[in-house]
Amino acid sequence: MTSIAAPVRRRKILLLPYLLSLPALLVCIGILIPFVTAVYYSMLRYRLNLPYLKGFIWFGNYKEFLTDSEFWNTVRVSLEYTALTVGSELLLGLVIALLLQKQSRFNNMASILLLLPLMTAPALASLMWKLMTNPNFGVLSYLVQLMGVHNFQWASSPNSALFTVVLVDVWVYTPFIMILLLAGLRSLPTQPFEAAALDGVPRRFVFFRITLPMLTPYIITAALFRLLDAIQQFDIIYPMTQGGPGDTLLVFQVRAYLEFYQYTNVGKSAALLMILWAITYALSNVFIKQWLKLRERARGLA
Amino acid sequence: MEHSSRAERVLRGVLITAILVFFLFPILWIFLMSFQTNEEVLRIPPSLFFKPTLINYASLITGKLQTAAGSLDLAFMLNLWNSVLLSTLSVALSLLLGVPAAYAFARFKFRGSEDIAFTLLSFRFAPPLLVLLPLSLYFQDIGLNDTYVGLIWVYQLIALPLILWIVRGYFEDISPDIEYAYRIAGHSWLQTFLRIAVPLARPGIAAAGLLAFIFCWNNFVFALILASADKQPVTVGALAFVTASGIQYGQIAAAIVLSITPTLALALYAQRYLVEGLSLGAVKG
Repeated sequence: MTSIAAPVRRRKILLLPYLLSLPALLVCIGILIPFVTAVYYSMLRYRLNLPYLKGFIWFGNYKEFLTDSEFWNTVRVSLEYTALTVGSELLLGLVIALLLQKQSRFNNMASILLLLPLMTAPALASLMWKLMTNPNFGVLSYLVQLMGVHNFQWASSPNSALFTVVLVDVWVYTPFIMILLLAGLRSLPTQPFEAAALDGVPRRFVFFRITLPMLTPYIITAALFRLLDAIQQFDIIYPMTQGGPGDTLLVFQVRAYLEFYQYTNVGKSAALLMILWAITYALSNVFIKQWLKLRERARGLA
Repeated sequence: MEHSSRAERVLRGVLITAILVFFLFPILWIFLMSFQTNEEVLRIPPSLFFKPTLINYASLITGKLQTAAGSLDLAFMLNLWNSVLLSTLSVALSLLLGVPAAYAFARFKFRGSEDIAFTLLSFRFAPPLLVLLPLSLYFQDIGLNDTYVGLIWVYQLIALPLILWIVRGYFEDISPDIEYAYRIAGHSWLQTFLRIAVPLARPGIAAAGLLAFIFCWNNFVFALILASADKQPVTVGALAFVTASGIQYGQIAAAIVLSITPTLALALYAQRYLVEGLSLGAVKG
């Protein structure tokens, strides 16, 4: 953080950091303009197909949401999706990290291979699963039938659509949690565990009283990271079902997208996204505090 | 931890196998499917044994699809080319903009520096559609809609925060003393930056660049909104391809394989840096 400025040319040097970060700053501004526009749109009655009705209505769009059952359905589905995906990914990710904790050639290899789903574009992953669950030839449809479950329609039935997209999300993002927790586990100091082993402390006690508390910063950071992404889900649900069948999977961004392009209701779409933004903004403030703590710690170790 | 019984070792083995099957089978299955003819794809029960054919890849590469109804044109190779172009140029621009800025944030404390850095970081977590939908209207007005320039500019939203925060960490880890020494020897600031700071931070810059490339490649929503068919990358193109080619499942599988291979290969190559990149520099692998 110290300046390497030579005192002689102080004035010139003082300008330098601004010049260096100017392009980044410009990108910031370039993005803030459409953001401000979105705020403005969210207070308009604005339909692209009915331009003559355009008018400023303050918080009219937001007020309508209060009594709009479709809006509350979106909130419910988004929260369900977020809770189900982040919950299962945390649990599964922790289990895998614990299984692979010990450094060995096999474990390292496995942890690298497990990253492949995470590196697959979510939109393409959802196409892969769409093929696998195809009723005519999908291997998963076939396996489910072998197990005696007939007429399981995966993403095309309202009963199992949420399950199917959650499954794809778990497939793509569990490795993310796994890799962060694995790095966390492997960076823990060894002394407490050696001491516990010497004293013959039961392993369950070691896990709940030593491992878990020490791992908590990593778990919280990973969970917040995923929460922030999951509440904004689009890349899996849209290619898989376009939010259907019916309104079963109309999460925030999918609904806003359809509101904009299908119903050309710009005002309502913007208001919906502003509400989502408020949620993510609050979450990201909590997240950045945790993230900075972890970052300081990692740099302390380095 | 050492007193693991035999039953426990067996349980561990079973669990790890199940996990590996769950996470790797879909990729393997798509891969196998891409070497099957449509009849083999549709065969019940599905079989792991078949005579591999390259016909799906051939029709993707030549862009001609032979169906019972006649010949169909495929634009998939164009999508692939678009992905390469968009991701490469976006990351190049982002490195050009981001590395000097990262250096400024790491070395100088100046008014507003942290504000800019955190505002950029917060873009990573804002709903993309919030900005994209108004932006698409603006882009139509100023003629940037459906252009590579417009897309590359918007892709900075993905690449820039990543590069800025990872590279900044690397610069901060380098002691500034080396740079002082070089400066005292009479070299200019720019020479110090290019000859000392950048080479020392090179692993970080490379890692950030590779990761940014993967994220740009995998992005879906930006191009869905801002690009039409001839500018679309594979993520959006594959979706359109599914609709267009109907029941040509072998080709769809081959298209998916071609689309995910570059990122998977890069990830395997750069796996040492993945943890750090995925956590935006907060966790070291």
